Amino acid sequence: MVQAPAKRKGISREHLLFLAFIGPNFFLLGVFSYWPLIYQAYLSLTRWDMISPTKTFVGFDNYHYMFTGSEFYQVLLNTFVFTVAILVGSLVLGLGLALLLNQPLRGRVAGRAIVFAPYVLSGAAIGLVWAYIFDPVYGLLRVFFNAFGFASPNWLVDTSWALPAVIIVYLWKNVGYSAVIYLAGLQNISHELYEAAKVDGASDWESFWHITLPQLSPVTFFLTVTTILFSIQAFDIIAVMTEGGPVNATTTLVWYLYQQGFIAFRAGTAAAAGMLLFVIMLLITIFQLRFVQRRVHYS
Amino acid sequence: MDITLEKSARTAANPSSWPALLVSVLKYALLLLTMAVFIVPVFWMVSASFKTLQEIYTFPPQWIPSQPRWENYVRAWNAAPFGRFYINTIITTFFGVTAEVLLGTMTAYAFVYLPFPRKNLLFLVMLAALMVPIHVTILPNYLTIANLGWLNTYQGIIVPGASVAFGTFLFRQHFLTLPTEILEAARMEGAGHLQLLGRIVLPLSQSILVTVSLISLVNKWNDFLWPLIVTNQTHMRVLPVGLAYLYDQEGTNQWGIIMAGTIFVVLPILVIFVWAQRHIISGLTAGATKG
Repeated sequence: MVQAPAKRKGISREHLLFLAFIGPNFFLLGVFSYWPLIYQAYLSLTRWDMISPTKTFVGFDNYHYMFTGSEFYQVLLNTFVFTVAILVGSLVLGLGLALLLNQPLRGRVAGRAIVFAPYVLSGAAIGLVWAYIFDPVYGLLRVFFNAFGFASPNWLVDTSWALPAVIIVYLWKNVGYSAVIYLAGLQNISHELYEAAKVDGASDWESFWHITLPQLSPVTFFLTVTTILFSIQAFDIIAVMTEGGPVNATTTLVWYLYQQGFIAFRAGTAAAAGMLLFVIMLLITIFQLRFVQRRVHYS
Repeated sequence: MDITLEKSARTAANPSSWPALLVSVLKYALLLLTMAVFIVPVFWMVSASFKTLQEIYTFPPQWIPSQPRWENYVRAWNAAPFGRFYINTIITTFFGVTAEVLLGTMTAYAFVYLPFPRKNLLFLVMLAALMVPIHVTILPNYLTIANLGWLNTYQGIIVPGASVAFGTFLFRQHFLTLPTEILEAARMEGAGHLQLLGRIVLPLSQSILVTVSLISLVNKWNDFLWPLIVTNQTHMRVLPVGLAYLYDQEGTNQWGIIMAGTIFVVLPILVIFVWAQRHIISGLTAGATKG
């Protein structure tokens, strides 16, 4: 009411108000994002079965156990193959779909919705639909294999087919996201650039290489980072389709973490895997920040 | 054969139209093929859910069941407590989304309209949380929830995911575009900050509110790993975890029943998506192109 004399007091009151407004959110972030990271770093240096009252301090034993375990090399390889295959698939197919949906075709709006729809559906549900499609006896894919004179592979039971199967499903579910982001990127490119190129006698192909791709580079960069960060966390599809099997063929770092912690009750090893996962994500983010500072764009 | 030759001969006089037609036919073929790749699996799921076991075991497969029946839905509903799964999922999703929108708008409001020393640094501290998704910290978070005695409770499922960094970012981006004059005028008339937020800022932010709510809703509804870990009693499971339970119960041969259960999980989101896909897509692309 009496505004003017309260000015100085008002500022500190607004500071308190700021804290009150951000308080609940920051409290939750502290308790469930930052504190667990510190606590997990400590747990990774202990041996604990998650039941007994005491944790034994063992230094870096868990990391040693993890990195020298015979299966862990395969876990890292699976994680790498899965992530890179998803990354390349999302970028190439995503851009292809975006270019198609950017054409002046009837039904492209419906097309965009249809391509994007699986992205919002439950990974557990999608995983089961595809487990049925992959079924070597009753599944839909058998029809295609038989049509070309092959027997269907035993997708989810065969160690060499299980990882490709999981990759296909993850791509099918998520490629719509890349497509939609690329489509928005395409629509942001100014028409004048293409018209100028046409005047200079550039072919469609040359325009694509010299205008479209460079103009899309910030989008590509954004998608690269987000796709890696998301796909490295993939869990529900693997959980319902393969449970990390057969014989670790689809065990990625996240599944390893879950299995060590909640099936084998080796809290220390699970914590060490969690720290490794965090460090990987941290490095990717730092890489992103440094790269963005140098500007991805050439124009 | 003859007809096409004749046609190409006739159009040869007009050099651009024949290749152009071919290209456009190819483009439509590609578009149809693309749609098929995404529609056929969904159709296959729906069709199986109406089939008898006999029809599921038929090869080559039957696309449309000769006598569609609801039996699989009834059996799925009885094989696992789907009614309970629905209640659990609706409760955790509703309160999860509400908490995210409330915390997100309040935090964003503070960062845009309230003074605080070094608040940009605080904003970065908040964004850094995006690097620590719950998948990285499931173990210590599980221990926290267990120590609180919150295993197999709604708050155990909801609270750890209620903090909001990305949503706050989207709200802040939007609040920065609002005209400051209106807010100044309201301030002059003595409106407090909660009033400004409730009466002016939020009504001017309806579309971003819808977008963030929808993205949050989709994420909460589909959430799998966290609810799997903090619940172990069947009656506290959410839909996606309950579906995995149904799959364990029925094994890999009862595809009709399992597809019916799958439809229980995806149908509500599919309906919402058909109604609101524009909002979801616009929010996700806004985050990407302004980031």
